[in-house]
Amino acid sequence: MLGRLSFLAAVTMATLAPAHADPSRPAPLIAQSCAGCHGQNGAGQGSSPPIAGTAKQDFVQIWSAFRANERPATIMNRIARGYTDEEVSALADYFASLR
Amino acid sequence: MTHLSRRSFSGLFATAAISTIVAPHVASGQTRPRLVIVGGGFGGASASRYARLAFPGVDVTLIEPRTSFITCPYGNLVLAGARTIGNITHSYDGLKGLGVNVVHDWVDAIDAVAKTLRLRGGATVGYDKLILSPGIAIRWGALNGYDEAASEVFPHAWIPGNGEQTTLLRRQLEAMPDGGVVGISIPGNPFRCPPGPYERISMIASYLKKHKPRAKILALDAKEAFSKQALFIDGWNELYPGLIEWVPSNKDGRVVHVDPREKVLETEFGTKHKVDVANVIPPQSAARIAIDAGLANDTGWVPVNPLTFEAARAQHIHVIGDANIGQPMPKSGYIANSTSKQAVAAAVALLQGREPPASPVYFNTCYSHVGDEYGISVVGVFRPGSNGFVETPNSGGVSPRGPLAERREQRRLEALHADAWYASIVKDAFG
Repeated sequence: MLGRLSFLAAVTMATLAPAHADPSRPAPLIAQSCAGCHGQNGAGQGSSPPIAGTAKQDFVQIWSAFRANERPATIMNRIARGYTDEEVSALADYFASLR
Repeated sequence: MTHLSRRSFSGLFATAAISTIVAPHVASGQTRPRLVIVGGGFGGASASRYARLAFPGVDVTLIEPRTSFITCPYGNLVLAGARTIGNITHSYDGLKGLGVNVVHDWVDAIDAVAKTLRLRGGATVGYDKLILSPGIAIRWGALNGYDEAASEVFPHAWIPGNGEQTTLLRRQLEAMPDGGVVGISIPGNPFRCPPGPYERISMIASYLKKHKPRAKILALDAKEAFSKQALFIDGWNELYPGLIEWVPSNKDGRVVHVDPREKVLETEFGTKHKVDVANVIPPQSAARIAIDAGLANDTGWVPVNPLTFEAARAQHIHVIGDANIGQPMPKSGYIANSTSKQAVAAAVALLQGREPPASPVYFNTCYSHVGDEYGISVVGVFRPGSNGFVETPNSGGVSPRGPLAERREQRRLEALHADAWYASIVKDAFG
């Protein structure tokens, strides 16, 4: 009975939990707010550059440079300082997964 | 029915089968959980779209009386003549196309025990989880003399509705003789869009400087300080010297009575300011449906759980956007958008007997236009705290100050980024 329940719960989770890494699917919650400026799925919007497809290492490095005021920025320096290394890593994984 | 939704559908039978064990509040025999969203502004539209994309197994209904949405953001550019109402009007067709069931009606009552809504058109709508994003109400009469009739003479232009208020204020500015005085009454905190009144001052000044250079703006404020204050005042001095007088509360700036017939704004110590045009931004509360449902406390706003946005006073009702108590988060479209997704994910998780997503980050950037090619911003990164919301230390903040000669590129880029933000967030909310 327990095994059957776990199986059903797994089916439910697979159906109802958000999926990632497919551009037709929504971004993970941590990356949702990026769409306020950078377009859908990191595609870019007007003067906000595209971020989809950025290699993870590059993403993390650029973020660190923004955080340290070592890269020219209008607002990303202020934004970058609000996120933890773990969160930046999750953002980098997601945007690197979009090709 | 697509392959994906058929798979989702069969998955939901599994949900129904275990619902009596892990989620007893899902009625047995019901095949799809019902998420109902009330209010089609930035919060409700974003919630609807995100719910539809992220949780294909959930029925998503959006109830909104209007058939199109006029944004508050960029409304001040309409006053400047730089945008039209049409430019800032958005339809619900994108959400309908995604499969959101959009119902154009008013919600007259919420029964939080039966989990039903009574619509003005007569229908009753049941929900398993309700996302309430109703926006604000004007507290008519809270400012002596300011009722709905007064707003036909002294427009508030703070709830866009069908656009009439913004259009009225624009027409009044156009009709005003050169040399006239535009009075602006600004309320105490909290209110919708903290930098909004000051962007409005800037955009009206931009219009006056070009078309009525002898006119003046008299901004009467119930506060001593405001959002991005130093940046706005720098910009006013640089772009509109002598055009704007801002009077804080400690210099008798608080308006206590308005007289639309005599065209007078009267301040605390009895000074009567005669004006030609007045924009009265009035005291506000959560929208009436939230008050009537008993969700607000004595502040007039709705206390919520900072992880789930569930109302402190009612289970299964998640309140997002300007109506909730979110400080230090601002009452902004971006915060409504950002928090809507956590609220939806939390509501669906709770419906499934799971924990809500842990450690969310709520994000805000508010750009303000000060003049042509002159934008400024404030950034805020927030998280749930032990008692409400907490701004992430050493992050965010406002644009750098400095003389325009040194900051011209920063200001130009921020005005451009503001346009990109508007296009991007409208897409994220309305599709």
